[in-house]
Formats: sequence, C-alpha cells, structure tokens
Amino acid sequence: MMASSYNAKEEDGHHSGASSHGAAGAVKSKKPDNTAFKQQRLPAWQPILTAGTVLPAFFVIGLIFIPIGIGLFVSSNNIKEFQIDYTGVDISSPCYSCAKNFSWNSTTPCVCYVPFTLNQSFESNVFMYYGLSNFYQNHRRYVKSRDDSQLNGDRSALTNPSKECEPYRTSDGLPIAPCGAIANSLFNDTLELYHIDSNGTSNPIPLAKKGIAWWTDKHVKFRNPGGNNNLSVAFHGTNKPVNWRNPVYELDPSDPENNGFINEDFIVWMRTAALPTFRKLYRIIQKKPNTTPTLPSGKYLLTITYNYPVLSFDGRKRMILSTISWMGGKNPFLGIAYITVGSICFFLGVVLLIIHHKYDTRNNSADIPN
Amino acid sequence: MSSSSADKPSVIKARAGLFWLQKTETVQDEEVDGEYGLVINGHSLAFALEKDLQLELLRTASAHIGVGISGQEGMQAVLSSDFSFAQFRYLQRLLLVHGRWSYLRMCKFLQYFFYKNFTFTFVHFWYAFFCGFSAQTVYDEWFITLYNLMYTALPVLGLSIFDQDVNDRWSFQYPQLYTPGQLNQYFSKKAFVRCMMKSCYSSLILFFIPWAAMHDTVRDDGKDIADYQSFALLAQTCLLIVMSIQLSLDTHYWTAVNQFFVWGSLAGYFAITFTMYSNGMFLIFTSAFPFIGTARNSLNQPNVWLTIFLTSLLCILPVVAFRFILIQLRPTINDKVRHKMRKEALPAPTKPVRVKRISTRRSGYAFSHSQGYGDLVTSRKFLLKIPVRTRPALFTETDSPLAQNQPQHYRTITEEPEGSQSP
Repeated sequence: MMASSYNAKEEDGHHSGASSHGAAGAVKSKKPDNTAFKQQRLPAWQPILTAGTVLPAFFVIGLIFIPIGIGLFVSSNNIKEFQIDYTGVDISSPCYSCAKNFSWNSTTPCVCYVPFTLNQSFESNVFMYYGLSNFYQNHRRYVKSRDDSQLNGDRSALTNPSKECEPYRTSDGLPIAPCGAIANSLFNDTLELYHIDSNGTSNPIPLAKKGIAWWTDKHVKFRNPGGNNNLSVAFHGTNKPVNWRNPVYELDPSDPENNGFINEDFIVWMRTAALPTFRKLYRIIQKKPNTTPTLPSGKYLLTITYNYPVLSFDGRKRMILSTISWMGGKNPFLGIAYITVGSICFFLGVVLLIIHHKYDTRNNSADIPN
Repeated sequence: MSSSSADKPSVIKARAGLFWLQKTETVQDEEVDGEYGLVINGHSLAFALEKDLQLELLRTASAHIGVGISGQEGMQAVLSSDFSFAQFRYLQRLLLVHGRWSYLRMCKFLQYFFYKNFTFTFVHFWYAFFCGFSAQTVYDEWFITLYNLMYTALPVLGLSIFDQDVNDRWSFQYPQLYTPGQLNQYFSKKAFVRCMMKSCYSSLILFFIPWAAMHDTVRDDGKDIADYQSFALLAQTCLLIVMSIQLSLDTHYWTAVNQFFVWGSLAGYFAITFTMYSNGMFLIFTSAFPFIGTARNSLNQPNVWLTIFLTSLLCILPVVAFRFILIQLRPTINDKVRHKMRKEALPAPTKPVRVKRISTRRSGYAFSHSQGYGDLVTSRKFLLKIPVRTRPALFTETDSPLAQNQPQHYRTITEEPEGSQSP
C-alpha cells in the first residue's frame, strides 16, 4: 500500500519521488557521505591524565628545574657589580651643589667628583652603565613621540617631521631634527673614570664608546640623511632639539661614523626602556690582553659633568660597573625562581603520588553507576 | 505492539521535554536495560500528554530545541523545528551523541575564549602600574591585531569542530553521560567565575615573571634587553605559548587537523613575527613596523627562553595538578568512561531490534512551539488494534495529499494542488 511503499530508511528531505517514480532518478540524495571526516570518526589521539603521565612529569620537571636554577644562581653570584648613586640628594654627597644649582641656561658645566672603592677586582670586559629611576620612558605619549622615518634618513621627513612629535616638532619656525620628546630628553651627563693607584696618581681608564648599540639599530634603523658626508650641510634647515646644547651633527665631531643620527649614545637612548627603573650601556672597558684584571681592586674616582636634571620629578641617577655572563647581568631572580618552582613541583609530585596511592585503589573497584 | 493499557509509568524526572520513566513492565518491542531507560514510543507519549502533564509539556515546548519528525502527515513540524529527521529512533543519536558533543564543545570553547581574552587584558592592567597609567600596551600593536584573528583562531576552531570526549558507541552504552548537560555543569556562573580567577592568576604570572627577569638586566654582550620592544616580544611570546598549551590540555580528541592547527599557529606566529621585525618590512613601511631587529636580538638570549619556559610551566602546572586531583578524588562519569575506554575494546554496535510495524498506526509526531495535536494524541485513537484500510480523517488540515497514493512532495507556491484532495 501507500504506507509500505514509503521507505522508512529515507532521510528527511529526500524527494521520495525517486522511489515511486522511476523516471525521476536524477535527484541527488541529501544523505551525508559515510566518510570518516563527515561522520566524525577521524582517527585521533585521545590522551587522558593518568598517574602514569602526570606523576613522572612532575618529578622530571622538578629534577630539571633545580639544577638549572642552581646554575643560574651561581652564575649570577659570580657576576661582579658595583653601583653608585650620584644624584646629589643629601647635602653630604659630592654632587649636591651641582644638583641644587642646576639651571638650563648655565654656560659653564658643573663638575662633581665621586670617589669610591672596589673591593674585588673585575676581570674580562667591564661594562659601564648609567641607570635612571622613576623615569617613565614607557609612558604612552612619550613612546609615540618620535619619527622613525626621519631617523632613517628620509629627506622629506627631515624637513617635515611627523605630527606625533608635537610639541617638539618645530622650534623657531624650523623643523627639529631629531624631533620628539624622546630625543629631546637625551641623557647628556659625561662620566669619566680614574684609577687612583698606590702612589696617589690618577690614571684615566680608557672607555670605548663604540659597540654599545644593537647592530640592527646602528646599521639599519638609524641613518644619516644624505650619507655621512658633511653633516652640517645635510642638516641645514633644521633646528636642534629644545633642551640640547649642541645640534645633532656635533654629537661626536671627531668620528663621522658616530656623528649625527648614528651616534651610539643617541641610539641607545632612543631605544626606550620598558620599566621606570632601567640602565643603559654607556661605555665598555675592554679587557687587558695579559692576565691583569681590567679593574683591579682599589680606589677610583668618578668625574661627572652634571648636565641632566632629575630631581624635579624625584628621579635618581646612578653609575653601574658590571661584568657579564651567559645569562646577562646580575639578576638572581631567575635562579631563585627556578629553584623554588622545581622544589614545589617535586613536592607536589610527592603529594599527588600519595593522593593517587590512597584513592586510586578505591577507583579501580568503583564501577560506573547506572 | 501490545495495545493493552500499560500501568501508568511514573515520571521520575521531567525537564525540558525529556522524561525518565521507571520501568514497570517490559514493553515488548523495546528492550530496556537497567532501571532507567529513555523510551519514546506511543505509550510514553500518550501518558506524557495526560491532562495534568499536558500543560507542563506544552509550556516546556518553549524548550531549548524543537525536534520535528517528518512523516506521512506532513512536513509542518519539520519547517518549524530546529532539527528534524524521519524516524523516532534517530532521537537517541541526536541527544546522546550529537547533543552531548555539541554542549561539550560549546562549553569548552566559551571557557577557553574567556580565559584567553581576560588574561590578555589583565596583563595590560598590571602594566598600567608601571607605565604611569598611560594606557601603554604591553604587546606590539600588530600582535594585538593578529592575536584573535590569526594566532588563536584556528586552534580553537579545531577544538570546537572535532572535539569528542567519548566516541559515539560508548555514548550509547552509557546514557548517564548526558547528565552533565542537564545539570549545566560545564559552564555556569560558577564556572565563569572560576575562569576569571584562573585568568587573574595567569596574568599575574605572565606579567610579573618577565618583569622580574628583565628588571635592570642586559644581554649577554652587555647591550640592552630591558627595552620596551624586547619586553613586549617576551610577554607576547609567553602569552601565546601558554594559551597554546592550555588549548592542548583542553583538547581531548587530537585529530590530524587539530595537530596542524595548533602547531601551525605557533609556527605561523614565529614566522610572521620574524617577517614583521625584519629589515625589509622596516625599509618599505617604516612607521608601521618600528620593531625592527627585536626578534633577532632578544630571542637569541638564553635568558629570554628560560623566562618563557618558566612562565609557561608556572601557568600550566597548577591546572594539570588540579585536574589530576579532581580525577582522583571526585571522578565524574565522564572520567570513568574515558578511563574505561582506554582499557576495554569498543562495545559492539547494538543492532536495532527490527519489529515489523504497520506504519499506519505508528506515525511521526511533531514537537513544535505551537499547541499542536495533543488532544488528538491523548484520545489514543492511534493505539487501536483495528486494522485500518481507509485512513480516518485524523487531521483537519487538507493541504497534504493523504487520500492519494502519492508520497510526499514539497509543494512550491506557484504549483496548483495536485489532483483532487479529500477534505
């Protein structure tokens, strides 16, 4: 009958005309294909968290982390570092008068002398940094205030800097090169180091000023407009930043490879720091060819030409001398963190083992309730 | 089919149109194992539509989904329902396999999506304390654009499409697996709050570990590494790796497509990052890609990779430990079946008991949003044993060609009704 001719296997939507009208056999079935993909039967890996995987994982992680942590901690402890704050906050500090009497218009630079003593001698390359505190180089308006095209030597950007540099974009009607707040606040203290030997004579320590910036910065990101030839001509028609004493082509007149935008101190400053307390590489003290220590222990004198005012925003300046290892500067945090996490992991592994032992025997007999 | 009025089965639980019936007698054409069975046949339907229950059923007809069964009486139910099929027995597969998988996938997707976006945002909140509350982003702007668009889009898509906790045959074997869906266990307000707490913890780790590791640090050749761009790269790499591992923990069914999506997204991230931070892109689009050289100069530092490793493990290990403890102390049905699945072979597919039925008496019925044919069903006319030669006019609708020996056609609007119809 009609009922029996209705094929119960047909899917919904299938034009059942095909079953009773033999002529209409060209209608396509809407039944999905019986492939593994469409029927969700793809071969798959189905991992579950069993004791056999989790517990060994915890123990292995604990056993790996603890030696790494110890290695890091020992490495960090072997790094020698010396810091000295020379802001001049206390009346007893040598730079107090320079700090107090700072004025933007002074023509004679204020020099202060800070003596210090190194208890240990520093071997291999010694890196000299200047550090600033409470200086927010990561403030959004500050970070945006630069023109990378201009710094890359683009002539049109040199004479027409980006709007992001406002209000440090033009001065006296001329465009500022380099524009922006970052360039304007360039660190301009000069630090010199003298070793006072047993006779009392002070020997200046040679400070290398090349090789302090990233290679990609120095050779790709920052380029002088019109090459490195006569820079004062290349920068004609621009003005120096408001807070600078000298224009950009006088940053290092003695070395054309370090003058203009590609001056390494300038490049290092333009790489803005992520956090409000930071240090930037200032000079490198090369290691001596024989086995004498680079900086023998003893008395030293730091001569500072105090040009950079930080007291107005409660900032601090310091000078740091540091050696380096495979993990960078002195930072015990990673070592301690690895040791701590490794021990916690191991301990947690033991706890999980106890829990597993106690409860898993109960689980094996527990069946799935209906 | 026995037409004897069965004793009234008691309805134990009724929720959203689904009924658990306690077995009081063996219904001949359906073998029901165990104490509870999901039985949908004429008997249960009739009793469900008893006067006192009818209102409740029809009120709950504003149910979560409407299921229509197409049949000889027409396609109206099909047109107004969310899912439709041709035979009652397909309902079992719809609920126990597809419905359950759908619920599982949806909840996993939601939890993961909230987790990854909350973590991403909370890290910016912690950075605000260190950047003078100036809304400076921790991550590179390109990363922020591509994070949801490219780096985490495909893996979560793979999870939502392919994930299964147990296979379909095991789902039939253990219909109790359906319970978490009814009890709203996988995603509820409590689950959402737990997800937020997990995000908060992850964001603390994802910000403060890089912060402490990079605080006042330098590279292994003395040059800068604590600059904004390197810090951004470190933070975003940590975030992406943690999110990928979290997704891997959530995925229970690793097909080849899932593997490709997860590993491919991570590889894509590194490829795109190196490309964006390369010399070429900087020289072409100078102001758009200022991060030149950052990837090369910071990702070759062992310091950075050790920080990434530490951050990932610190975010993931509590999750693993917590899940393991839950499996040991309070295993859910899901956990037990999955453990069983590993040890035992797949149960044989149950052969459906084929009983010769006369289709005139057993028709499909529609559960739809409107009042429907409840009265007609409760009149139990369809349960009569009288062999029917001519179909009684059960329905007053005339737009289906019942009286003719014609199978169903979809009628287009312009077509004239075929032949003469019996009123």
